[in-house]
Amino acid sequence: MSEVVIPADAVVPVVASGRQKLYRRVLKNPMAVVSLVILALVVLSAVFAGQITGWDPGRADLNDALAPPFGEHLLGADASGRDVLARLFFGARVSLIGALIALATALAIGIPTGLIAGYFQGWFDSLSSWFASLLMAMPGLIVVLALISVIGPGMVGVMVTFGALLSPGVFRLTRSGVVSVRRELYIDAAKVSGLSDYRIISRHVLGVIRAPLVIQASMIAGIAIVLQAGLEFLGVGDSSTASWGQMLSEAFSNIYVAPTMILWPGLIIGLTVGSLAIFGAALRDTVQGAEPARKTRRRKPTNEEETSTRRLDLSTAATAAVISPRDGGQEDIEPSDALLVVRDLQVGYPQPDGSTTIVVDGVSLHVDRGEVLGLVGESGSGKSQTAFSILGLLPDTGAILGGTISFAARTIASADGAAHGAAALRGRQFGYIPQEPMSNLDPSFTLGFQLVEPMRHILGLSRPAAKTKALELLDRVGIADPRRTFDAYPHEVSGGMAQRVLIAGAVACDPELLIADEPTTALDVTVQAEVLDLLRGLQRERSMGMIMVTHNFGVVADICDRVAVMQAGRLVEQADALELFDDPHNPYTRMLLSSTLEDTEPRAARSTRPVSSRGTAR
Amino acid sequence: MATFLLRRLGAAVVLVFVIATMTFLLMSMTGGDPARNILGDGATVEQVAAKSAELGLDQPLAVRYVDWLGAAITGDFGRSWFTNEPVMTSLANKFPVSLSVVITAILVTAILSAILGVTAAVKRGWIDRFVQMFAVLGFALPNFWVALILVTVFAVNLKLLPATGFVPFTTDPGRWALGLILPVAALVVGTIASTAQQVRGATIDVLRQDYVRTLRSRGISHRSLLFRHVLRNAAPPALTVLSLQFVGLLGGAIIIEKIFALPGIGSLAVNATLQGDLPQILGLVVVMVVLVVIVNLVIDLLTGWLNPKARVS
Repeated sequence: MSEVVIPADAVVPVVASGRQKLYRRVLKNPMAVVSLVILALVVLSAVFAGQITGWDPGRADLNDALAPPFGEHLLGADASGRDVLARLFFGARVSLIGALIALATALAIGIPTGLIAGYFQGWFDSLSSWFASLLMAMPGLIVVLALISVIGPGMVGVMVTFGALLSPGVFRLTRSGVVSVRRELYIDAAKVSGLSDYRIISRHVLGVIRAPLVIQASMIAGIAIVLQAGLEFLGVGDSSTASWGQMLSEAFSNIYVAPTMILWPGLIIGLTVGSLAIFGAALRDTVQGAEPARKTRRRKPTNEEETSTRRLDLSTAATAAVISPRDGGQEDIEPSDALLVVRDLQVGYPQPDGSTTIVVDGVSLHVDRGEVLGLVGESGSGKSQTAFSILGLLPDTGAILGGTISFAARTIASADGAAHGAAALRGRQFGYIPQEPMSNLDPSFTLGFQLVEPMRHILGLSRPAAKTKALELLDRVGIADPRRTFDAYPHEVSGGMAQRVLIAGAVACDPELLIADEPTTALDVTVQAEVLDLLRGLQRERSMGMIMVTHNFGVVADICDRVAVMQAGRLVEQADALELFDDPHNPYTRMLLSSTLEDTEPRAARSTRPVSSRGTAR
Repeated sequence: MATFLLRRLGAAVVLVFVIATMTFLLMSMTGGDPARNILGDGATVEQVAAKSAELGLDQPLAVRYVDWLGAAITGDFGRSWFTNEPVMTSLANKFPVSLSVVITAILVTAILSAILGVTAAVKRGWIDRFVQMFAVLGFALPNFWVALILVTVFAVNLKLLPATGFVPFTTDPGRWALGLILPVAALVVGTIASTAQQVRGATIDVLRQDYVRTLRSRGISHRSLLFRHVLRNAAPPALTVLSLQFVGLLGGAIIIEKIFALPGIGSLAVNATLQGDLPQILGLVVVMVVLVVIVNLVIDLLTGWLNPKARVS
C-alpha cells in the first residue's frame, strides 16, 4: 500500500524543495492546514484500513443486511450485510490510487510538452496547442466509455485515459508560464552567461510555475476522484473491489428502503475533493499575496478593511520634503470666486495590516475660471491621486482622510465622506483626459458610441443630435475624417487619434473644469505638440479652468499659468509659471527643472508662449 | 466577419474529422474478436467467420475506415451489432431527451452565474464570500450525488416532484418541464459554482480597467456602466468557461439520466459500452463531438460579436 502514501508526497515536495518560505506561509493559512489534515486522515485511513476496522469490506452477512448505524456496525451495513465504514476505508484506496494515476499521467504529458512548446515555440508549439484544444473538445466520460468497450474496465487504463484528457490544463499552464518567463530579461542574461537550456528551464522556469502547478494538480486529483466515482456509479468501472462510486450505486438501488446510505460515500467524496479544492485556493491566495507591492497597495484591501480604523502611518510618506517659504500649502490664498478650491487634502490607502499609506498629505490649491494650473512632480508624488480625489474617482481602496474639496463654492468632498457632489459634476462640470489613450477607451464599443452616450445622458440630446454634435467635436479636435472615426473601434485608430477622441469626450458636455492627467506622455513627440495646441485652444475658446498633471516642465511652459510642485505627497512650491521658471525657490523644483530642461529647449518652449496672454487669461 | 466565420467553420470541420478518425482507429485496432463477442462462446468457428464477413470485419482496416467515413459523412453510422437498428435512428430518438436537459442546464447556468458573479464582484461582502464558498462546494460534490439527495428529499420524502418518468414535450409540456426540474437542478449546482466564480473574476478585472474610470468620469449612469460596458467586456471569458461546461454536462447527463430514468443517451452509451457495440459508440462519439464543436462555434461567434477585436485576430 506504499502507493497510497504518495499523494501527500507528490504534492508537498514540489513546494518544499525550492521555496521553503512559501511552504511555511501556506502552513500559516488555517484553511490550508485544515484541508491538509483532512487529506492526511483520508490517506491514513486508506493505508491502515485493515488495522482500523475489524470488518472485511467484502464479507457479506445477510443477517446484518441494512443494519442501522451505531450498532455493531458503526455506520451500519449495506443490503448484503457488508460493513459500510470498512467499505469506505477500503474504497478510499481505489479513489486515491486512481486519482494518483490520473494526476501522474496529466503531469507526465502536460509538463514536458508545455515546457518544450513554450520554450522553443515553433511548429511543436502550434501543433501541441491545437492538440490541447482538441482534447478539451472531447467529452471525457464518453471517450472513456468508448475505450472501456474495447480495453475493458481495468482501473489503470481508465485513469490513464482520464489523465490524458485532463492534461491540456497542465500543458496550457506550463506553456503560458514559460512564455511569460521567457520574455523576462534575466532569462536573456542567463542565456548570455552561457547557461544551457536545460539549466535555464529547471532553475528559472520551473520555479515560476511550481505553485500554479500544485494548484492545478489538486484540481485534477479532485476531478479524477469524481469522474471515477461516476463511472463506478454507472456500473462500468472495476467492480472487484469496494469503491465509493460502487457504494453510491448500491445505495441508489435501495434508496426507498434505506435513504441514509447515500450520505456516507457522498460525504467522504465531498470532504476529500473539497479539501483538495480548499488547499488549492489557500495556496493560490498565498502565492498572490506574495506578489510585489504594486498589487497589494491598491488591490489587496477589501471593503471591510477600508472602513476599519484609519491609523495614519506617515513614515511611508517622505517627510523629507522641504517646504520653501513661497510654498502653496498653507499660504495658498484663493480668490473668493475661485472655481475649484482644495484645502488640506489628505488621501490614503488603508493597508491589510491596519496601517495606512498616505499618498497625498495636506495639499491646498485652487483653480480660477479660465486658468491653467500645472500640477507637477515625479511619478508617485501624489499628483494623479490629487486629480482623482477631485473627480471622486479614487480606487475603491483609497479614501480622502482629511481636508475638503469645493467646486463653485460648494463642498463636494470631505473626510467624513458626507458630501459626494463629484459624481453629479462628472461629465457636466468636470472633464477628464487620461494619460494612456488606448487603455482608456472601451474596446467593445465604437468611438462614436462612447461620445454619444454621455451626451444623451447628460445633455438629454436625441441620438441624431448627439451624433451631429459628436461629429462636430471630432472635427474640432482635428480628426480628418470624423465619420470614419465615429464608426471605428478603438483598436482601429492610432494613439494620437484616440487621445483626440478622448479630448473630444472630455469637453463634449461643456465642462467648466478640465483635468488632464499627463495627456501627452504616451504620445509620439510630434503628436505631443499638436495635442497641447489643441488643449490650449479648447481651454481658451471655452475659458475652462484646467488642471494639467504632468512631470514635464516643457508642457508647463507651454500651457500653464500657475504651477504647483508636489513631492512625496506634499506641495513644496506654488507660483506663477514664469516666476517659477525664473526663480525656483525649492531645491526639489530646481532639480526637476534642470532635469527637464536639459533634454528640451527651454528658450524655444517659453518663447512660443506669448507673455501678454497672461494678463488676459487670468 | 465573413472570413472570421469561414475560418472558424473550417477549423471546426478539421477538428471533427481528426477526432472521428482517431476514435475509429483507436477502437478498431484494439484487439478482441467482436464477432465472437456478439455470438457468444457457443458459436462455431464457421458462424463467427460468417458474422465477421457480414460485419465487414474481414476487410483490411484501411478499407473499413474509408467505408465507415464515406457513410458517416452522409450521416449513416451503420447498424448496431446487437439490435440491428440503424445507429442514427437510435441517436435521433435519444439525443433530444439529453439535449433538453443539457441545454436547459446551460441556460440556467448562464443566467444565474451572471447574476451571482456580477453581484459578488460589485457588492463584495457576504455575497462574495458565498460565491467563493459555493465554488468549493460545487466542485467537491459530485452532481450525481446531489441528484441522489434531491431524489431522496423531493421525490421520496416530500413527494413534490417526479423522480422518474420522462414525458415528451409534445405530449405534455407542463409535465415535461416538471420532470426536468430535478435533473437540471442536480447538474447546475456544479456548473453555476464554477461559472459564477469566473464571472466574478472577469468582472473584477474589467472594473479595474482604465476605461471604466474614464467612462465614470464622463458621467454616464451606474446602470449603463455596469450592464452595457462592464458586462459586455466581462462576457467573453465567461462564455469560454460556459463552452467547457457544455462538454462536462454531456458527460454528467449520462450519469444523471440513470438516476432519473431519462430515456436519453445515457443508457444507450452504457449498454453499448458493456456490449462492445462499436458502430453505436462511434456514432455517439462523433455526434457528441459535432455538438461540442457547434456550441464552441456559437460561443466563438458570440465572443466575436461582443468583442470587435476578436474578429480580426
